[in-house]
Formats: sequence, C-alpha cells, structure tokens
Amino acid sequence: MSTYTAAHDDHHGPEKGLLRWVKTTNHKDIGSLYMWFAFTMLLVGGAFAMGIRAELLQPGLQLMDPQFFNQLTTMHGLIMVFGAIMPAFVGLGNWLIPMMVGAPDMALPRMNNWSFWILPFAGGILLSTFFMDGGAPAFGWTFYAPLSTTFAPDSTDFFIFAVHLLGFSSIMGAINIIATVLNMRAPEMKLMDMPLFVWTWLITSFLLIGAMPVLAGAVTMMLTDRNFGTAFFDATGGGDPVMFQHIFWFFGHPEVYIMILPAFGVVSHIIPTFARKPLFGYSSMVYATASIAFLSYIVWAHHMFLTGMPVAGELYFMYATMLIAVPTGVKVFNWVATMWKGSMTFETPMLWALSFVFLFTIGGFSGLMLGIAPADIQYHDTYFVVAHFHYVLVTGALWSIIAATFYWLPKWTGKMYNEKLAKFHFWWAMVSVNVLFFPQHFLGLAGMPRRIPDYSLQFADFNFISSIGAFSFGLSFILLTYIVIDCIRNGKQAEARPWDSAKGLEWTLPSPAPYHSFNTPPSRAVILEESQHS
Amino acid sequence: MKRLLTLTSVLGALLGSKAAMAEYGLNMTQGVTEVSKDIYDLHMMVFWVCVVIGVVVFGAMFYAIFAHRKSAGHKAAHFHESTLVEFIWTGVPIIILVAMAIPASKTLIDIEVLEKADMTVKITGHQWKWQYDYPEEGIGFISNLSQASKDAIDDREKGSVAKREALDESGDTYLLSVDNHLVLPVDTTVRFLITSNDVIHNWWVPALAVKQDANPGFINDAWARATEIGTYRGQCAELCGKEHGFMPIVVDIVSQADYATWVAEQQGAAAAAAEAASQTWSEDDLMAQGEVLYNTNCSGCHMKDGSGGYGPAIKGSSIANGDAAGEHLNIVINGKNGMPSFKMLGDADLAAVITYERRAFANTGSVVQPSDVTSAR
Repeated sequence: MSTYTAAHDDHHGPEKGLLRWVKTTNHKDIGSLYMWFAFTMLLVGGAFAMGIRAELLQPGLQLMDPQFFNQLTTMHGLIMVFGAIMPAFVGLGNWLIPMMVGAPDMALPRMNNWSFWILPFAGGILLSTFFMDGGAPAFGWTFYAPLSTTFAPDSTDFFIFAVHLLGFSSIMGAINIIATVLNMRAPEMKLMDMPLFVWTWLITSFLLIGAMPVLAGAVTMMLTDRNFGTAFFDATGGGDPVMFQHIFWFFGHPEVYIMILPAFGVVSHIIPTFARKPLFGYSSMVYATASIAFLSYIVWAHHMFLTGMPVAGELYFMYATMLIAVPTGVKVFNWVATMWKGSMTFETPMLWALSFVFLFTIGGFSGLMLGIAPADIQYHDTYFVVAHFHYVLVTGALWSIIAATFYWLPKWTGKMYNEKLAKFHFWWAMVSVNVLFFPQHFLGLAGMPRRIPDYSLQFADFNFISSIGAFSFGLSFILLTYIVIDCIRNGKQAEARPWDSAKGLEWTLPSPAPYHSFNTPPSRAVILEESQHS
Repeated sequence: MKRLLTLTSVLGALLGSKAAMAEYGLNMTQGVTEVSKDIYDLHMMVFWVCVVIGVVVFGAMFYAIFAHRKSAGHKAAHFHESTLVEFIWTGVPIIILVAMAIPASKTLIDIEVLEKADMTVKITGHQWKWQYDYPEEGIGFISNLSQASKDAIDDREKGSVAKREALDESGDTYLLSVDNHLVLPVDTTVRFLITSNDVIHNWWVPALAVKQDANPGFINDAWARATEIGTYRGQCAELCGKEHGFMPIVVDIVSQADYATWVAEQQGAAAAAAEAASQTWSEDDLMAQGEVLYNTNCSGCHMKDGSGGYGPAIKGSSIANGDAAGEHLNIVINGKNGMPSFKMLGDADLAAVITYERRAFANTGSVVQPSDVTSAR
C-alpha cells in the first residue's frame, strides 16, 4: 500500500518484488502486512460464520453434522479474535504510532518483522486442523477442560502450538509498541501530549504483556495433561476443571479490553475531527482507559457465576464488574460532549464512529445486565450473550477498525476512496448487522442456548431473520474489498490533511506518508498545535 | 432520533403485553418459583434503567447530530472540559449502580443460601443425557432425547419437517422432549446435587431459574421450589461435545398425591429390574431390549446399522465377534477415548445392549448375561 517516494527519502528504500515484504523492517510495510492478513482472516472467519448461520437458518439439520458445526463455531471465534481483530489493531498501531509520536519507525524493527511473520504460520497451523483425522478443535474458542483435554481430537496439540505462536507474536508486538512510545517519542512530546490512540495502545500493550503469558500457561498445562500424564484439570488425578476457567478468564477478560481499548482511541480521533471541536475531557479519557485496564484484571470470574462459586465470590465479582460501567460511561459521555455544539459533517469515517458509539453502548447495556449475577443465571450461555459480545466486538472493535481504515486510508495510500460508494456500504452494513444480531437478544431471553446446531420450533422465526441479516452482512464485505482496491488503484490524489480540522502529527506529513516518517523530530510548537487538548 | 423512538416504543409495547411475550418468545420467562420471579423483576429493572440512560445519552447525541451540523450552518464551540460536568457524570452512575446492587445482592443471597430442603435429587450429566437419582426414595433413571425428536432432526431424510410439526402439535416439543421426565412435587423445596461423569455440562430449566454447571469430580448444589403444576423444559447450557444440542431436560411438577403414586410405581419398577438382572435371559429377549437401548444410546456415533461414523464400526468388529466378551464389557462399562462410560445402565440393560452389538449386524459374538455384567463391573 505504501509507495516509496524518492523525493523524501534517498538512502535506503524498500527492496523490489516479493522479497520486500518478506524482509521488510519498515513499520508501514509491516502495518500493511498486518492489515491485509487480518482482512484475509476476517473473510475466512466470516465464511465460517456464514456456514453457522446457514445451518441455523431453519430448524433441523440440513448441511452438516453437529461435530462439524462445533468445529465451525470454535474456529470462527479463534480466527476472529486471534487472526482478525488483534492483528488488525497491531497493524493500525504499526502504521500510526511512529507517525503520531514523531518517530522515524518502530523501536525494534527486526522483531517487528518476526512478530508479523509468525502469524501466517500460526494461522496456517490452526486452519490445517480441519484436514486432520478427527477434525478441527470443536470445544469452543474458550476451550474448557476436560472437553479440550481428555475428550478432544488429536488436532488439539496443533491448536496448542498455534496459540503459543500467536502469543509470542502478540507479546513481541506489545513490547515493540511500549519501546516505541517510551523511547522513540519526539523529545518535546510529553506523555500527556500524546494522542489517545497512542495512549490506548500503550495501555493495551501492558494488558497484552500481562495476559498472554497466562494463556500460554493454560495451553501448556493442557499440553501436559493431554500428553505427559499430569492432571491439572482432571479431578481423577486431584486436579480441577474449574481452575482451567479461572486461568482462562484471567487471560480472557483483559483480552476483551485488548480488543476494545484501541477502538476507543480510534473513535477519539475521528469524532473531534468531524465535529470540528477538540476532544472533550482529554485527561479523563486517559484516566478512564487506565481504570478500565486495571479493572479488567479483577473481574474475570463474572464469566463463571455458574461454576459453583461461593456467594461471597459472586458478590465481589458482581460489584467489581458493575464498576466498569463508570469509566466506560465517562468515555461515551465525553464523545457525546465532543459532538455537542460542534459543527458536524458525516463523511464515511464519522458515520462508522457515530455508529460505533450508538451500537457499542447497546453492547455495554447488555454487558451491565449480564454483570448482575442473579440475572446471569438466566442469561448465561444463551444467545443473549452471543448478541452482547457481537455488539461490542463487531459493532465495537471491527467498526472502529473500518472507521480507522477510511479515516487514514488517504494518508496510507495518498488516494481518496469513493465517498458515495463508501457511504452506501456503511448503510448496508449498518442495517444488516442489526438484522443479524438484534434478534439474538430475544432468542437468548426466550431460552435458546448458544453453540447448538439445531433448535426447537419456537426459535425458528428470529433465527431465520438473523441468518438473512448475516448473509447480507457477509456480502457487504465484497463491496468493502472493492472500495479499498478501487481507492488504491484509481483514487484521486489526497491532500496531506484531507479532513479540514484533523489534528495529529501524521497529518503534517505528505500523503502518502514517506517511507521513514520523521527524520527530524517535530518541534514543541508543532506538537502543541497538533495535540488533542489544544 | 426517530428510529430510536420507534424502536423503544415497539420494544415497550412488546414487553408490556404478556400475551405477545408468550407468543413471540421475546423476553425472559417469569418462571414458577419465587426466585425466578425475583430474577425476572431484576432483569426488567436493569432493562428499564438502561432504556432511560439510553434515551438520555442517545437523545443528546442525535439532537447534536441534527442541530449541530455544519450543513445547518452551526459554528463549532471550543469548550473541551468542565470539571463539574465530569464530576456529575462520574458520580450519578455510581449512585445508580449502588441502587441496582442492593436488590441484586439480596436475590443472590436468597439463591445461594438454602436453610433446609424437603427432598434431594442428584443430577449427573453424561455425554449426552441426564441421569436422575432420588437417594432417599431409592429411584434412579436416565433421561434421553425422545425417539420422536431424534427421528425428526435430519432434513436430508424425507418428512422431517412434517414430523417436527406433528411432534409440537401432539403437545410435546421438538428437541425439548425426553423419554423419562424428572418428576417433582409442587410446593416442595428440592435440593439438586449436580455433577458430571465426563465433561462439564450445565443443567438449565428457565422456569425454575436453576442453571448450574455439572463439573466432573465435584458436586454443585442448587435448589427450587415450584409453585405451579405443569411441564417445564430446559437444555444443557454448556458445550459438552457433539450432541450438546440434543440433551434436553423435561421436568413435571405434579401434585403431592400424584408424586407419591409416581414414586411407588418407580420403586416397583426398580424392584422388577433387580429381579430381572438376577435371572438368565433368552437370546430373543436380550436382542429385543438391546435393539431399543442401542438405538437410544449407541446409534448416534456407531450408526443404526453398526457401520460406524463418529465412533468405530461394530459390524464385523473383532471386539464384538468371538467368544471372549471381556474387552467388549470393559469398553461399554468404563468407556475408552471418545467413548463415554455406560456404567449407569442396569446389569440387564447392559447385557441386552452388548448382546445386541455382538449378534446383530451379522456379527457372531457370544451372548452376554446380566450375571456376566455383574462380575465384570
């Protein structure tokens, strides 16, 4: 995506041909690799979702046997979380953070290359399990023991290896971002001058470093339980299957925020630009992000209210969970206050960002409901939960990634996308995603469990509607692909600052951005002029 | 704004009318226990709090989108912080949360703390069926998805759609029907002891507001006191493998008198089964009963004709042929790899199903008697 501009940089440009992408240590090249990989995985995980919704279109089994259905739900979750959303955010971080902090590149460029190139192999190993004897893992993306240990197919060992690789990649990515933000930042830029995307990614990096080793520990214990006669999760050997869930969710809950904090950062850039007004409450945004990150480590067992926890534990985890609503609320209020008395226009990135605020908040409301431990008895493991986490991850995390793509595409490619087509695509996706996920709230409340390939007739109508929404939503990504490729190939030349009131050091660079972002650090005056709280 | 209003009014209308709820299955059930009604009230309270907050926040947002747009000529203001406003919108949510936490804590403590139960039922999850034991009454049985439901699942076979509809019209429910119902008396506090024999399952009956994980090697407890006679249906709520979607729960809440009759019947049947296990059966009797049991318990993986599918083929298998039935008994009783253990079946039932596997599908294995099972355990 990034074309080498000889005018700006002359001593070492990219190699020619395919080897450029294999050997690159450039943050823009690697950012593009991450984004294209994530998009490919999004289409693969999306194809699995189409299979799931096709089977659920009507009652009865039409297309697949239940075991294959379980493989699809498992792989859909794993591919979307580890293959699509997380790499997409690392890609955005790679592309944007050096430009936003006035640096020439990432702090650890060779490690950067490695942390990307692990991914295709990890993804390949994960997907290859479909072709193994016994099929792909079929125990859900949460892989609860003992279904994932004693009772799992042989391919589970490949799944464990893939998760280890993905974890290495994430940890290296996180270390790189921390090092870049703390060491490569323009000397004149104070921490509280940093744009919110940088802040949210810095905090996310610490979540990754804290959480991913815990996941590695969980899968290693699975590995030894499966192959070396240990009994961490096997009660017959003195272990405890519930301990697996504690370990998994001690990783899993921070993981949820790993996938949403950078999204908060993206939206905090887009809304001020198109409201033509500075971000409301910059410092409270930073503090709210840090509070959410801290809380994310102490609420994990709200995923486990039904495992047989003592009542004191349930009360504590309920209270701690409810507390998350406070900093999250602060963020939503700040975004609305940023819009208030602005001078708003509704270009495509703004449409996605506004839609994010609206739909993510709906996901937040259902999250609050799920946090109420007694009510969770009826919500737990139903389609209400499925609706909840798709509202926060699809219309939250994914929405922000699409918003960011349209917002920074002119900077990345030097070209403008087709605004009319992009707006049409937005409305198409917006309507169909709600047709897809909103009825799932009703299904869950009416009693439909998640992860079932067939259901009783009372659930038929809403499942039909949901599946139709899913097919429409799936098709919309073909148009998205076209819009992005059309922009790269045929787009009109973009200005350095295509959005009139966009703030940020990245907009002081020409479009497309030069191969090495800042050869000399920007001055204090420029940093203040471009900061979000000026 | 307009869309939001339409949405809320539609939602309000739907949730407000109880008839509509029942028909479209839009909302949580109120259930038939005091706890389930408390949970429903909590759910509705939090729901309406969210609706009010949503109306305020989205109202402000959509008003700004409408009024403060550039195309309407609005000029941007430049304020970007206000300590007072930020203090208020941090403080007010905390107050709302505390107000919600108080009734939620009360209900939670009610659910978790049980002083005294009138009776106990032990529930054991198996891949993929439920086992119910009444330790005080000496009753126990397995509850499987009903044959009528099983016959209607696969749309690649003709007539499945009609079979499903017929099943629902008959008063039973497709996929939510079982061969043996759990029977409990009304107005009685029942303690459930819940565990599992293999992977984690979850026993969930929405109307009783009981949903509790069944963990292998551990016993969880839950309780319910149903106040209305009726039949209530539920499902396994924790992914437990291939047939997770096909292990439903049906609970009959009956009057005290009907319950006493049912207990007497069950005790009589248990005595008869014990008697049968001590006798030597004819091969025809074993085959007849074995076929029924095979189709309920085994055909999901080994297929009706024994040709194998998810599990290995039984037709022509070296284990199911020949004179030595030892390994065959061991596998069925204790399980092996993906094959679950069937030790919860009675000796006569195990003898019947193993004999069927050894003699049907043109197999030529030996006949197994209940006494062989007794000594193999």
